[in-house]
Amino acid sequence: MTMTTEPALRKRRPPEPTAHPPRRSLRPILVGWSFILPNFLGFALLTLVPMVFGLALSFMDWSPWGDPEWVGFDNFERMFRNSTFWIALWNTTYYAAGHIPLTIAVSLGLALLLNRTLAGLGFFRTAFFLPYVTSLVAVAVVWNMLFNPTSGPVNQFLQFVGVTDPPGWTSSTAWAMPAVIVASVWRDMGYYMVLFLAGLQTIPTELYEAARVDGANAWQRFWNITLPGLRPTTFFVLIMCTVASFKVFDLIVVMTDGGPGRATKVLSQLIYEEGIREGRFGLASAISLVLFVLVAGFTVIQFLLQRRQENR
Amino acid sequence: MTANLTAPVTPKSSPASAPPRPANSARVRKVVYSALLTALCLLVLVPFVWMISSSLKHDNQVFTVPTQWIPREFVWSNYADIWSQIPMLAYLRNSAFLAITISFLQVITGSFAAYGFAKLRFPGRDWLFVAYLATIAVPWQAYMIPQYLIMEKIGLVNTHLSIILLQAFGAFGVFLMRQYYQSIPDELIEAARIDGLSEYRIWWRIMLPLSRPAIASLGLLTFVSTWNDYMGPFIYLTSNELWTVQLGLRSFVGQYDAAYAMIMTGSVISVLPVVLVFLLGQRQFIQGIATSGLKG
Repeated sequence: MTMTTEPALRKRRPPEPTAHPPRRSLRPILVGWSFILPNFLGFALLTLVPMVFGLALSFMDWSPWGDPEWVGFDNFERMFRNSTFWIALWNTTYYAAGHIPLTIAVSLGLALLLNRTLAGLGFFRTAFFLPYVTSLVAVAVVWNMLFNPTSGPVNQFLQFVGVTDPPGWTSSTAWAMPAVIVASVWRDMGYYMVLFLAGLQTIPTELYEAARVDGANAWQRFWNITLPGLRPTTFFVLIMCTVASFKVFDLIVVMTDGGPGRATKVLSQLIYEEGIREGRFGLASAISLVLFVLVAGFTVIQFLLQRRQENR
Repeated sequence: MTANLTAPVTPKSSPASAPPRPANSARVRKVVYSALLTALCLLVLVPFVWMISSSLKHDNQVFTVPTQWIPREFVWSNYADIWSQIPMLAYLRNSAFLAITISFLQVITGSFAAYGFAKLRFPGRDWLFVAYLATIAVPWQAYMIPQYLIMEKIGLVNTHLSIILLQAFGAFGVFLMRQYYQSIPDELIEAARIDGLSEYRIWWRIMLPLSRPAIASLGLLTFVSTWNDYMGPFIYLTSNELWTVQLGLRSFVGQYDAAYAMIMTGSVISVLPVVLVFLLGQRQFIQGIATSGLKG
């Protein structure tokens, strides 16, 4: 979007200072850096350095008891032979495949419903947003109780509508992940709803009026005006939601602790277990690298798709 | 993009030629929408209703068939007893301390750095900002092991300082504040410079007061996310007396998993402060999320 607006702005303004020959003075550099430094020190030491260090660590054998040793691809070999790794990789993908589309569909739906003048609008927005500010442990514990197989309200309701044999949810290997996904969509939808609402507000209302005049129905208006107008927002939401999905940890640890069996064990939980609990720093870093490549890969693909659509 | 899209819009006089829609159908539609929203709203609020209602019951009344949504007898004593069952007050204090300290540091260092990124020109600036941006998309889990090792080496594991350092210098705060600072006209800063104000004083005297809404939204966002964070404290804080509400509640659940009513009481108390903070600063909070999503 900036691409198209900036040249127009530049024409109106007086020539930029950059037109002058650059003055070689140390002062602006020092002043500039002095502003960034307090934040940058913490950011560099605790984010940038660990990122680079982690990459090296995945090629090392290092435990709390021994000295680090360069072992090449040993950690990756061990990882690929570990069945729990494959299960966790599958579960992470399963979670993401459920969580991303559902969250986006629900939050976009809510945003569309709320993007109109209506009595009590503020109340509705607050209500849908409330789950997002609710503390995570409370969310996990409450949903576990709601999903209680014998006397939880969810199964009582299912029996009421005629499901004779409702699922065991978090106590069943097949239904534990769907249960976690439902709870996570409930928690996250308010956040993305706000992003979509902000995006909807940038679409000029004249477009809808014009489409109405031309006789476009609600679906056509949604397809030809709303969706294209939301494209920058959707792109951002998709990226944020993807990153959040692949790193899911808290909700799973508190709701199921990866169980029953290994049915909901995810990569970030495995990283924690192997790295911090068992002290296998190298192996854990190798798994971290897989997680990073997964997220980065998805982000790059989405970025490329977005670019192709914009160039059309 | 907007320029292309607005071009074909027909002149203002055209709405008159639109097919007249009966006012009645619009009213019906409004009622249907409201009903649909109310139903959805109730559905979304069910877990809260369950939480509050269970917190006012005896343990053996929490799971009944059919569910009693309104307790037959209100057990208010749960809210008096919980303080002696678990060190709830200490947990609340730890959570509040961490959330307030981290929010304060995020706002100060974030807005300071954002001024550098938004209003000053110096070599390496844009390159550095890209590095900041890129790390937002990197999941924390991808570097939490080396981070933990660094923290362990400098002896900060199992201290509150580790959590503070971990979360106070995030790229997100810088990004959010920079978004806001870019909407403040450069001319204002130029004028201040001509008046002889140093960059530091411009930040302190002009930018900080002008960016009050952004400060509020960043502060609230950080407060809520720190309060609700589980994984950071879970990994770093092992001593009970350092625990946050999230850790305390989780451990209570693990130890007394049949104390349903008391667990729900604890949950309500853990949610209450943050919901209160959210309701008080709702507008800023939502604006903060909205602006962080609108990439210019």
